[in-house]
Amino acid sequence: MTTDRPKKTVSWRKSIKGRRAIGIFITFALLIPLGILFVMPFIVMVSTALKPLNQVFAFPPRLIPETAQWQNFPDGWYGYGYVDFTTCTWNSLKITVNNIIGNLVSCTLAAYAFARLKARGKNFFFAIVLATMLLPNEALVVPQYVLFNRFGWLDTHLPLMVPPWFGWPFFIFLLRQFFLTIPEELVDAAKIDGAGHARILLQIFVPLSKPALATLAIFAFIGNWNNFFGPLLYLRTPNVQTLPVCLVQYQGAYGNTDWHLMMAVATIAVIPVLLIFIFGQRYFVEGIATSGVKG
Amino acid sequence: MLRRKTKPVSASAKREERIFYLFILPWLIGLVVFSIGPVFGMLGLSFTDWRISLDDLQFIGLDNYAKLFADPIFWTSVGNTLYIVVGRVVFGVSFALLLAILLNQKVPGIAFFRAVYYLPTVTAGVAVALVWIWIFNPRLGILNYTLKQIGIQGPPWIYSSQWVKPSLILMSLFSVGPIMIILLAGLQGVPKELYESAEIDGAGNWAKFHSVTLPLLSPVLFFVIIISVVSSFQNFTEIRVMTEGGPGESSNVMIWYLWENAFIFLQLGVAAAVAWIMFVILMALTGLQFRLGRRWVYYEGEAR
Repeated sequence: MTTDRPKKTVSWRKSIKGRRAIGIFITFALLIPLGILFVMPFIVMVSTALKPLNQVFAFPPRLIPETAQWQNFPDGWYGYGYVDFTTCTWNSLKITVNNIIGNLVSCTLAAYAFARLKARGKNFFFAIVLATMLLPNEALVVPQYVLFNRFGWLDTHLPLMVPPWFGWPFFIFLLRQFFLTIPEELVDAAKIDGAGHARILLQIFVPLSKPALATLAIFAFIGNWNNFFGPLLYLRTPNVQTLPVCLVQYQGAYGNTDWHLMMAVATIAVIPVLLIFIFGQRYFVEGIATSGVKG
Repeated sequence: MLRRKTKPVSASAKREERIFYLFILPWLIGLVVFSIGPVFGMLGLSFTDWRISLDDLQFIGLDNYAKLFADPIFWTSVGNTLYIVVGRVVFGVSFALLLAILLNQKVPGIAFFRAVYYLPTVTAGVAVALVWIWIFNPRLGILNYTLKQIGIQGPPWIYSSQWVKPSLILMSLFSVGPIMIILLAGLQGVPKELYESAEIDGAGNWAKFHSVTLPLLSPVLFFVIIISVVSSFQNFTEIRVMTEGGPGESSNVMIWYLWENAFIFLQLGVAAAVAWIMFVILMALTGLQFRLGRRWVYYEGEAR
């Protein structure tokens, strides 16, 4: 779009400047409506959370409630005797933080090995990493359930908190791609200084990979915070439940739900991921972009 | 391990090899204990009449598979799964590509839009699935209300067996964030000189897209398609929260069928067989894509 052409009698619409302006106009004409569409579910959630029950079912639906009923938040949070949201939130937080650390540690080690160490069998094992990326984890629940039952781990957080310390193929892959971009000379220089691999990893790779590590941390936060399948399967007692399972318990039979209260709690449940995303999104998008997917 | 003629290795190479295996050890243990072990354990268990206890297992050969193949609901769930996979891949990937192209434009404020477009992906989960029940409400939901404003009588969405699958596909379009970003990264990796030389050759926008962007993006597209096939098999949350396989069996997908058999009917042997069939279907689909991929994926002469 930046080729130089003789500025003669081209009409405005066809001139470079004009074409650029029209391009920008079309871009925004698409960007803005799509943007509104994408925030719509969130707006519906928040607006329902602020309505009194009788307005929830009012027709036509209003996006902005007549009066904001903030009381819905405490009412929803404490409203259901058998669902203790405070406990659920703590459980979710504990599991999520543990899993982020576990994933980062185990995947960093493996990614460094695959990116920078020479060994016989490396290609073979890396092929397995790639192949297991395609394994739908949810299909493995039956044998995993049996396994954790054998370990006596059911109804504890262990089935959710232990596996993350043993790597995650997708993260290993992304991190390895990022590690490959770190210049070899840095490693050589460190080796001359007598640094071992542990030190090279900790003092060169980890500091240089902050965007990628932040990306994975955010990914792990979202995935674990929203994880529904695992907790639903392994946890029974109310006081070990996590937030998504608590939310579902709110859901009554079709249609018989206190929508305003449920949406209030749903809004609270979404806030942590939202904050993490807002503060981390710069890293997030760039982290994926730079690690790339060209294998 | 691969058979390969190896030269005598030096001491430092041996040391490096030891460190390599030390570093991948956690992953390797996890692989055996949490993935490969279960996968093959499950194959064995799919040949047993395993109900709840593992203590009195009877070997029943292929009975579980025979039972599945004779169950019309099983076939419904396979059909529903493939329907949703095809829908999510075709519409999801095209939509994500469209979004990525939009987000690749150089206009002010683009970073803001990038964040907004990614937002529904971040909040995907139970909370938002609950919101979608409300959005899809045929009488009071915002979706049909909006359609009515422009003179369209909206369908009953997740409350009708005809519309429930399209509804779920529509909803999944809101969380195409990851593949959108991967495609965006791919677009940004296309060298600008190629566009410039295409322009010199007089190529218009469509020609540039068709002859420069698409070929160079094809490896990324290929990766994205494979990923979205796999993730389409894992749509348990929506089904559990929104439809429970209904109305009737119209949104009964394989993962839901598996769950019901395992943890509601307590037929774990049958569930193990379902999981194995899922693997086989997934492997077949991936294999098929690699075959087809040879025809349309273009690699820039670099050795992979």
